Amino acid sequence: MKKIFIVMAGTLAAMMAAASAGAAINVFACEPEWAALAQEIGGDRVNTTSATTALQDPHRVEARPSLIARVRNADLVVCTGAELEIGWLPLLLNQSGNAKVQPGRPGNFEAAQYVSRLEIPKVLDRALGDIHPGGNPHIQTDPRNIAKVAEALIARLAQIDAPGAESYRSRGKAFLERWQAAIVRWEQQAAPLRGLPVVVHHKAWTYLEAWLGLREVATLEHQPGVPPTPSHLAELVEGMRREPAKFIVYSAYNDPKAAGFLSQRTGVPAVLLPFTVGGTEGARDLFSLFDDTLSRLLSAAQGKGSK
Amino acid sequence: MFRSSNRAPAIAALTASLFFSMAQDACAASDDDLKELREQVRQLKDLYEKKINELEARLKQAEQTAGQAKSSATAAQTTAEQAAVQASSRTAGEGAFNPGISAILNGVYGNLSQNPSNYRINGFAPTMGEVAPPNRGLGLGESEIAFSANIDRHFRGTLIAALSPEDTVSVEEAHIQTLGLSNGFTLKAGRFFSGVGYHNEIHAHAWDFTDAPLANKVFLGNQLAEDGFQVKWIAPTDLYANIGLEFGRGRKFPGGPDGGRMKNGFGSTNLFAHLGGDWGTGAAWRVGLSHLRTRVHDRAFNDVDSTGTGVTNTIGAASRLWVLDGVLKWAPNGNASNTSFKLQGEYFRRTEDGQLSYDTTAASLGTQSGSYLSKQSGWYLQGVYQFQPEWRVGYRYDRLDSGTTGLGLVANGPLTAADFPILASYKPIRNTMMLDWSASEFSRVRLQFARDRARAGIADNQFFLQYIISMGAHGGHKF
Repeated sequence: MKKIFIVMAGTLAAMMAAASAGAAINVFACEPEWAALAQEIGGDRVNTTSATTALQDPHRVEARPSLIARVRNADLVVCTGAELEIGWLPLLLNQSGNAKVQPGRPGNFEAAQYVSRLEIPKVLDRALGDIHPGGNPHIQTDPRNIAKVAEALIARLAQIDAPGAESYRSRGKAFLERWQAAIVRWEQQAAPLRGLPVVVHHKAWTYLEAWLGLREVATLEHQPGVPPTPSHLAELVEGMRREPAKFIVYSAYNDPKAAGFLSQRTGVPAVLLPFTVGGTEGARDLFSLFDDTLSRLLSAAQGKGSK
Repeated sequence: MFRSSNRAPAIAALTASLFFSMAQDACAASDDDLKELREQVRQLKDLYEKKINELEARLKQAEQTAGQAKSSATAAQTTAEQAAVQASSRTAGEGAFNPGISAILNGVYGNLSQNPSNYRINGFAPTMGEVAPPNRGLGLGESEIAFSANIDRHFRGTLIAALSPEDTVSVEEAHIQTLGLSNGFTLKAGRFFSGVGYHNEIHAHAWDFTDAPLANKVFLGNQLAEDGFQVKWIAPTDLYANIGLEFGRGRKFPGGPDGGRMKNGFGSTNLFAHLGGDWGTGAAWRVGLSHLRTRVHDRAFNDVDSTGTGVTNTIGAASRLWVLDGVLKWAPNGNASNTSFKLQGEYFRRTEDGQLSYDTTAASLGTQSGSYLSKQSGWYLQGVYQFQPEWRVGYRYDRLDSGTTGLGLVANGPLTAADFPILASYKPIRNTMMLDWSASEFSRVRLQFARDRARAGIADNQFFLQYIISMGAHGGHKF
């Protein structure tokens, strides 16, 4: 027993010494878009890591050991909030032994607090599926939301890393200028999409639709979070015969089978959208995320399918 | 319109004042004077016109600003309305700080070829825990009510009460945990599931099978909840590494007597360490080693001796348990929406060294004491595969080895092995299969079949149909 203690204490001391070497701010992002944003603002002053990839459903993530280790070492946790991560983030925070990133501390940043959330349910009942009391959490599909979050994140980074405040502000300002210019460009490009009817896999595109004026006519999940059922898909085939949509949108983490099935039956193109950074090969950063999203939507609107 | 009428009275007043002054000096007026006067009038007129133009410009500006103010007021109203909607999503008043409350309900239908009321695991001294399988026929399982909330900036509290189908209430967990400690430290105090091994810390409703592994039954009395405290430290490394120490009352098997001894200090210690990480983006793993030490006092159990009489024996010993555990979870790209796989296994090894007292109530051959030494081991390995959304299948293999229990009363004394039939060397085996369906994170219906050879020479075919649901606050499940 004593021997074990000594060996363990020795190992721990070595680990601690190794860990205190780096000086950059560790940012733990729950989703890739926030990791990308923190990187844009922080540059070399931050080490960012994302808990999930674009191929993972952010509602359903295991609170796995590697994530606990990363939260334990984080100076700032940047997550969407609005109950998106409720199944796993509280566990990570609880087990991390890291006071800095607990809710309410400066090290805990919830992006959804800084935007106007849509689809706040009037009735809360789990018979209605996986609904979020705080509203639809998929805020990153509207670039104007990203700008709002960026402003808050600049301030937060400046707060927790005061020596870098100037750097965050100037990098952040430069980013926001480029971002606003890009929004103008995207809005011009997306003009032909206004008013088009669209079917989505999951209610993940509400903010994109609000931004571009797309009209959501149906979802493949007949209730949020419930995988598409054959009977619901059959109803959709029927419904789309009467009122055809322009395209069927799904994201990289959705099973493409349902969208493919409906597309095959109705001739309406199924469009894979990146949803977040890394969701497609083209979506390498925040800018190309929207470039790629729009080019996929526009080519589908012109009748060209995309894979 | 009102702009021109604005100008008229000004000019009228000007003219009137001019006439007044002219009348006063009318007689003395010369041509030069008149000229000068005209010039003054012109200058005055210019001055007034300039002033009036300025006023007009300012008025125009004011009107514009008013328009802007109106539109920004509208915008502000929209924002306020949105904010009101967002604010209304939070409850107000006393209820706002209610803890997260959830309830777990569960019910089991059991069909067993052997009567569960005489369940025993041969080769192992019976524990004081509930190790028997669920009852025959329709039955209610254990219901749970859980409360948890942050208490202040330092602590988080959790209370989990178990309501048994026999209408008794017990405190399953009731602990506080620190939020404010830093540098990877967490302190927990109260009653909690001991961090010995992997399965022990998991609540029954989150188990992948209806019942616990046989090893957990014989070495931890099904599930060990200690009263005490736990310190845990996570290393500041990318590789997950933690180490923890628990001090407990020793209130339950393998400690004892039931409820713990009336003595100062502590009755059990548990030291554990874990390592964990990812393999690529798809797989995550964790391995752990725990060492539980406790002093057993008056662990009583019933047996039937060689004369066929029911006797009560007790054990007092130093108990040392080692547990090696591992878990691996895999999903394609780490996305468990469609398919996923979980592999879990643990190896237990326990040494108990002390005294055994035979027939403490002197019901048969009279109370006698002798040495007691057992070296026992057991393990299980289980895999659960989600083959499509909502559906999973699983298989578990259990195996125990009682070893040969050294009894002083048999080796050098008056009694024979036939006086301790339950301690006779035996290797129980169980095979379990299950299929479950979860319509959401909050419900599960499970079908399970097991062939249990825990009783020497007897196979028990156990069939269970079970539902487990959770209501209320959205709890997460540990890895």
